[in-house]
Amino acid sequence: MKAIRLLSQLFIPIFIFGVIFYGVFKKVRVYDSFVGGAKDGLRVVIRIFPYLLAIFVAIKAFQASGAFDFAREMLHAWLGSFAIPLEAISIALIKPLSGSASLGLFTDVVKTTGPDSFASRLSAVILGSAETTFYVLAVYLGAVGIKKTRYLVPVCLVGDAAGIFLAVLIVKWFF
Amino acid sequence: MNGIWIFLMGVSVVFAAVNGRLEDFTKSIFDAARSAVEVSLFLLGIVALWMGIAKIIEDSGLIHKLSAIFRPLVCRLFKNIPPDHPSIASITLNFLANLLGLGNAATPLGIQAMQDLQSLNKDPEKITAEMMLFIVINTASIQLIPFTVIGILADFGSRNPSWVVFPTFLATVLSAVFAVGALLVCRRILK
Repeated sequence: MKAIRLLSQLFIPIFIFGVIFYGVFKKVRVYDSFVGGAKDGLRVVIRIFPYLLAIFVAIKAFQASGAFDFAREMLHAWLGSFAIPLEAISIALIKPLSGSASLGLFTDVVKTTGPDSFASRLSAVILGSAETTFYVLAVYLGAVGIKKTRYLVPVCLVGDAAGIFLAVLIVKWFF
Repeated sequence: MNGIWIFLMGVSVVFAAVNGRLEDFTKSIFDAARSAVEVSLFLLGIVALWMGIAKIIEDSGLIHKLSAIFRPLVCRLFKNIPPDHPSIASITLNFLANLLGLGNAATPLGIQAMQDLQSLNKDPEKITAEMMLFIVINTASIQLIPFTVIGILADFGSRNPSWVVFPTFLATVLSAVFAVGALLVCRRILK
């Protein structure tokens, strides 16, 4: 694990050094290239912004209206027979919507149930294996202005649900 | 996305009315507007930074070298990408950044990969099979070590914070395999 941590710390510095070194070696005016490329960044982010705004508004409204709590209670009652802690269900539901909210919730779970509890470990595995799906969809689709997404969104959501069930099974098995 | 947006907004308005939380609802959408600006400003920084680096990679011809190295890996998954296409490099670099848990690098690399894939698209409004595969693998978020999560567990005095490493890896790999499988089934059925 130390080796991977080191690798992830070294990756970006070495990569940037390598790119600049190669550019100088090939007699590219690297500073001018960099500035020219960075200029395009502004256009890309402006294109993404409306998509991001739309999805953020929908997600925050969903949480503030109490609809999120309702969905969580429903799911908890429905999954009661699997003995999944309510905390883990909250994390599983909020992770695809918001990265920072799920991290805050996770810290809360660890604080209240202890760092080695079943709820904490299950939440940790769900948090580590799920992605902020709606954010990724808004940013990546927005960046190129795709409107017809065909069957992409259902597949992503089914994938998220499968990931959560797998996390529950695996943690129960290892715990 | 259209259906999901209508669903989320519609359900929210109804729930806000029933629960007497209309004021919270109004406040939340203005909060959301502000956080969209904050996230976009953050994105602006990292995306511009990456696009600058990417331009050096392109101008120096390093992009052809990178594509040549990663071609066997990427072209096996993404069948319709021609050899020596820049998307090979951006897709691989995005996957590497995700594996290493470098979120700040992964997002701009992913945006770059989407733009490279868009250059192969005949109908710019309609998503291609390659883009779907790329996004599905991204949302499965394969990560070697979840450093943030381990850090929080350790902060609260866990006896064995790295207990979660193997279960997390197993869950994320299996769910990625499942999601890609579901995508391929849809592709076959819904041609």
